[in-house]
Amino acid sequence: MTGDHQTLALLLFSTFVAVTLGITTWVSRNRHGSAEEFYAGGRLFSPMENGFAIAGDYMSAASFLGISGLIALYGYDGMLYSVGFLVAWLVVLFLVAELVRNCGRFTLADVVAARMRERPVRIAAGTSSVAVSVLYLVAQMVGAGSLVALLLGGTGEAAQAWTVIGVGALMVIYVSLGGMRATTWIQIVKAVLLLGGTVALTALVLVRFHGDIDRLLRTAAERSGHGEGFLAPGLAYGGDWTSRFDFMSLGLALVLGTAGLPHILSRFYTVPTARAARRSVVWSIGLIGGFYLMTIVLGFGAAAVVGPDAVRESNAAGNTAVPLLALDLGGGADSTGGTVLFAVVAAVAFATILAVVAGITLASSASVAHDLYASLRRRHAEPRSEVAVARVAAVGIGAVAIALGLLARDLNVAFLVGLAFAVAASANLPVLLYSLFWRGFTTRGAVWSVYGGLLPAVVLVLLSPVVSGSPQSLFPGVDFQYFPLQNPGIVSIPLGFVAGWLGTVTSAEPPDVAKHAETEVRSLTGAGAV
Amino acid sequence: MQSSNERPRGAGGGPDSAVGNRDDRDGDSAETCASPRYDDPWYDALASGWGESAGAGAPAAAVPPARTEPGEVPRAAADVYLEVQRSAAFREVRGRYRRFVVPAVVTFFLWYVVYVVTATTAPGLMARPVTGAVNVAMVAGLGQFLTTFLLTWAYARHARLRRDRAALELRWDTQELTRGARGGAS
Repeated sequence: MTGDHQTLALLLFSTFVAVTLGITTWVSRNRHGSAEEFYAGGRLFSPMENGFAIAGDYMSAASFLGISGLIALYGYDGMLYSVGFLVAWLVVLFLVAELVRNCGRFTLADVVAARMRERPVRIAAGTSSVAVSVLYLVAQMVGAGSLVALLLGGTGEAAQAWTVIGVGALMVIYVSLGGMRATTWIQIVKAVLLLGGTVALTALVLVRFHGDIDRLLRTAAERSGHGEGFLAPGLAYGGDWTSRFDFMSLGLALVLGTAGLPHILSRFYTVPTARAARRSVVWSIGLIGGFYLMTIVLGFGAAAVVGPDAVRESNAAGNTAVPLLALDLGGGADSTGGTVLFAVVAAVAFATILAVVAGITLASSASVAHDLYASLRRRHAEPRSEVAVARVAAVGIGAVAIALGLLARDLNVAFLVGLAFAVAASANLPVLLYSLFWRGFTTRGAVWSVYGGLLPAVVLVLLSPVVSGSPQSLFPGVDFQYFPLQNPGIVSIPLGFVAGWLGTVTSAEPPDVAKHAETEVRSLTGAGAV
Repeated sequence: MQSSNERPRGAGGGPDSAVGNRDDRDGDSAETCASPRYDDPWYDALASGWGESAGAGAPAAAVPPARTEPGEVPRAAADVYLEVQRSAAFREVRGRYRRFVVPAVVTFFLWYVVYVVTATTAPGLMARPVTGAVNVAMVAGLGQFLTTFLLTWAYARHARLRRDRAALELRWDTQELTRGARGGAS
């Protein structure tokens, strides 16, 4: 890459950082430092604002770079990600958004703990929320690193490491200074930028093919070297039965995971009512659906215009397909148009990563402070302000995510996100659905269902080919791979549900009928909601 | 996105809270009987959204108020929730929610599972061309997008027309009752 790209991209990105830091200071100028303010932004966002912020939280670098890259490399199989990521929102809309808004205050654990003995449930749900968030953070960090590696050419390792550290530091600043209000505005700005960039690129792709989608698909199929097979499923996951089951596992994790993501759940608390929460989900489904439709065009566009070989050469996992596409659409590597478009796309991708990372960090620091710290500190110890703890937690989580991000930098971003979804679907979703809908659910059932989903998911990932035993794994040198699938969802999600049921039917304690009545009435009517 | 010149109708228990005229567009008679309790700014009017002709919503049957006797003796807050849970009004709201959500969840989840399983186990079927370069797989994938959008629209409409008003009335009634149970302190 030439120096022009870098200078312009860095300039645009610095502008974004400056603007967002400005927002952070502006919104926190007369902050009261209350928990309401820090975790939920005062609950005064409108459905449209929150809809954009949810979309900004959800449309991660994994979707923008990862999915388009997978489509560019494997054709139709990459598109399966888009479908799963979108359909998942129906679970959120139908079963979770309104009820969670009505029952909870800041975190997932609030909803469950309202019906149960508080301490064990909070610790369990807090732990799993932090685990999900850290996995998701790592994916974003890896995205940031590979983007920089592309920007700065091969000069790699050190620059990549510094980017990961820089992104981590920035997100800690956003979160600990600005809280939910700053994070939300950053996400809104980012969603607008990302959608704008995607619309522009999609339009350019369609113009290039004179609006003829049929020709776009045919060209992509020809250049891929797979012919018609590129447009049908099977290239990435069609080999043996292991990879087919792997895909089904991923598909299940994608569709059930969204409703268990702590940073998505915490967004519903930023609006005043359940009705507003529903309307923000409707907004975000519209925005996210449109976005994923465009990533499909971009992915096939990258295959048709850039070609899978050039994409693979730049980054084996395909994460750089869209920037390369932008370069070509603008007029090629040496043209002004190419330089500008490339820089814009790179800056937008950076902005995406920063915003998503800030959202997750905030949600996980809320889990640490509101659930874990509040339950674990000794009863008579001086109760330090929860918000202060949350700020410290943001720093700690940032450090962990940076370290893991440096370790995992060669894995595909979309794939890492798939893992985070699997853990969320196994550990968080069963307990959430059981406590909202099952009259007989008990404390033991809640605790078992969280750990019964979390532990298998994490252990199966550790024993999978992702971590060891194949040339692409995290530790290629050693081999302790005993589980054949890369994504644990197909095993661990049912285990989470079974564990919750088992814990409930074996518990001596009878279910609390009055608390169940309270949860049910509150969740459907909003009585007593904060 | 919403017109805001409409006001929600009056308090629960009022004679016209029987949800007879569903037509929100000429609901300005509501102005007169809007009770101060509904003036909280976060409850914006149950405005009818786009794509909906006046009075198109199936008339939601009147929901009896949960608060049967306004001047009853105070009880524990926990009993209030049990009582509301047993009330016909709440059961109606819950029934309306479940009657929509359960079939909808089953439908879209099965459709998604069938899609994923077919894509992985029967690529031959999915590769069958439909028109031009577009094959069955493409149609199915875009079909998933389409059904998601349609179900979202249907759910939002159902909730707005069939559930929101009754749920809001229940909310105020329940809060009145719990306030009474706590001795009017809060």
